[in-house]
Amino acid sequence: MSITNLLENWSDFRQQHPSEDRPHREYKWAMSIDLDACTGCNACSVACYAENNLPVVGKEKFAHGHSHHWIRIERYWDNDGREFADQGAQFLPMLCQQCESAPCETVCPVGATNHTADGLNSQVYNRCVGSRYCNANCPYKARYFNWYDYPTTDNVWPEPMNQQLNPDVTVRGKGVMEKCTFCVQRLTVAKSNARSEGRSVLDGEVQTACQQVCPTGAISFGNLVDPSAKVGKQWKQQQVDLNKDKQAKDVTESAAKLRGYRILEELRTYPSVMYLEQLRESAI
Amino acid sequence: MGKDIREDIAWAQINKDVLKSLESPRKLYWVILFIALAMIGVAVGCEIYQYTGGMGVSNKNNSHVWGLYIATFIFWIGMSHSGTLLSAILHLMHADWRKPIYRFAEAMTTFSLMTAGLFVLVHLGRLWQVYYVMPYPNERWVWPNFQSPLVWDMFAIATYLSSSVLFLYVGMIPDLAICRDNIHAGWRKKLYTVMSLGWEGTDRQWRNFRITYLTIACFLIPLAVSVHSIVASDFAMSNMPGWHVTSFPPYFVAGALYSGCAAIITLFIILRYVFRFEEYMTLPIMKKLVRLTFAIAMVWTYLNLIEFASVWYGHDQTAKDQLIFKATGPYAPFFWAMIFFGSILPLMLAFKRIQTHLPILLVVSILLNVGMWLERWMIIAPSFAHGHYPWTWDHDQWPSLVQWGIVFGSFGWFTLLFMVFCKVFPSVSMYEVKEMVYHRSLALKHKPAVKGDY
Repeated sequence: MSITNLLENWSDFRQQHPSEDRPHREYKWAMSIDLDACTGCNACSVACYAENNLPVVGKEKFAHGHSHHWIRIERYWDNDGREFADQGAQFLPMLCQQCESAPCETVCPVGATNHTADGLNSQVYNRCVGSRYCNANCPYKARYFNWYDYPTTDNVWPEPMNQQLNPDVTVRGKGVMEKCTFCVQRLTVAKSNARSEGRSVLDGEVQTACQQVCPTGAISFGNLVDPSAKVGKQWKQQQVDLNKDKQAKDVTESAAKLRGYRILEELRTYPSVMYLEQLRESAI
Repeated sequence: MGKDIREDIAWAQINKDVLKSLESPRKLYWVILFIALAMIGVAVGCEIYQYTGGMGVSNKNNSHVWGLYIATFIFWIGMSHSGTLLSAILHLMHADWRKPIYRFAEAMTTFSLMTAGLFVLVHLGRLWQVYYVMPYPNERWVWPNFQSPLVWDMFAIATYLSSSVLFLYVGMIPDLAICRDNIHAGWRKKLYTVMSLGWEGTDRQWRNFRITYLTIACFLIPLAVSVHSIVASDFAMSNMPGWHVTSFPPYFVAGALYSGCAAIITLFIILRYVFRFEEYMTLPIMKKLVRLTFAIAMVWTYLNLIEFASVWYGHDQTAKDQLIFKATGPYAPFFWAMIFFGSILPLMLAFKRIQTHLPILLVVSILLNVGMWLERWMIIAPSFAHGHYPWTWDHDQWPSLVQWGIVFGSFGWFTLLFMVFCKVFPSVSMYEVKEMVYHRSLALKHKPAVKGDY
């Protein structure tokens, strides 16, 4: 950007809060995750490792908290009055929420993490200096730092595993921050294909890796601007509004049937991932 | 209380005593210098290991992304504030007891800022790209992110460092001329000749000098307050429970003055012994310094309690959980040690007998700084172990020896810079001590002798 750009288009450069005056024009990538369908099988996490060249750090570094699961399955135990804890396990896949008003973006000293016109929270590896402020300010802790130089570390991708690295995705060196990109390499291909045919990306034309492998179809992904997209229909059905920090489920009394919510909405991050609450036995 | 300084010291004697410090310190000086070098060696080794291996060797992890480096960074930045307090604020307030001790306090400011700057580099994952933080013209027109408190930090610290170097230097010009005129030929003579900028002590030079000095002093005071407020913004502007506190900026400034004053007490005692400054760094001055430290300690305690109270009575449940976690969780011993060293121990300074008891003061002042270091660490570490999101909970992280080694070595780096400065430049301001002696002898002439405080 030039200096004039810096001064005139500052608000576009940094979208502080999602605004209804300046809606996304063509694309707003969003996701919904049905916690009732999630079985905690970890297939999404494995697929992400394969698609996005995530380093397999090994047992010891994993125990030190140096792992890179861009999507991680969290377990929560609800063992009230039950004899065994395992009876009450609930799963929650956590990934970068691609917040519309992302706390990580404002604090990065070098502007390595930015908002794209598609509503993605992008991470520019080449620009990152590794101050890790973004991670400190991320309430979801969905960002992962390259604590070591994995491309040169033994046994991260042992022969012939290095052959399966995805050529569309950078292999990150030490000292940069990384996180879920909503499989931006796939989005780019789909968008460029669509553009060459003079149309927008159709619903279902592009899938994220985690969505593709989910055996129960718990993850749906698509363009929120497209009225025919499944994800948009789900958001509408659950009355979840991208620009609100409180959803119908928690506001209206008559909304007992609604399950849609976003995590830590009260912090006004306006995430792009909607979760559908798990149905409890008691609720049915 | 005795006199701050004897009124009958001859001016030539002042010159002689201070110039002597440039030549023959006690043996302890060389011992200190050697220890400092060894400490730096440890840190350099650790940093080389971390640079080649990656940040992982410091044993931070994906929820504890910041650690001792940032805590110690704040500590050193904080330490720098009291130099400005003594040299600029007390200068404007005409508190002349500062005169024999402000020079080394001002040097402490400069060198602790230089030490703090190193921690920024040590902390970065890709320190070879650190220049990205600076706004420099480049063919892609890429700018730093001016919204980020870290960028404000960069500007604030760079401005503060350059201003305080300038202040230290300008205030030293008349003294450098004295050195130039009195030292035998050699590299030092050349150095002093160049640095004293042709000072001859003419009327016009003194007038210009006074105005310049006063201007920089006035410029430096708001700067000192804003620097630590901006460092506090790194935390207060974020959304982490335990950091997102409105009262952080004044709290940080008070903490900074506190640890700085404690450090001045420590260095006062060391310099007084090593360079034989007993005539100038006198016990009555120490007494005033200790009282000042005591007052600041109480301000800090008050602001600390305000922070706890506003969290406790507020509606932010996560922040409240964070506070309870600090006081009862795995970090509890350090938290309570911080309260003890920072708020309980300084109560000792209220006793008159202790106010001039140097061995006790040496130990207490070091412990006060241990408390202030713990305060910074207690801001950083527990917040990462108990954030908004349950995934961060129960994440134990203990800094590795690499982190401890670099923190340890930073004290050596500071000591080395400081001790070399005191050997090369006059660490007591000769011309201002003369002023002080002169004004006091005048006052003595015009006033009938009274018993007690003067």
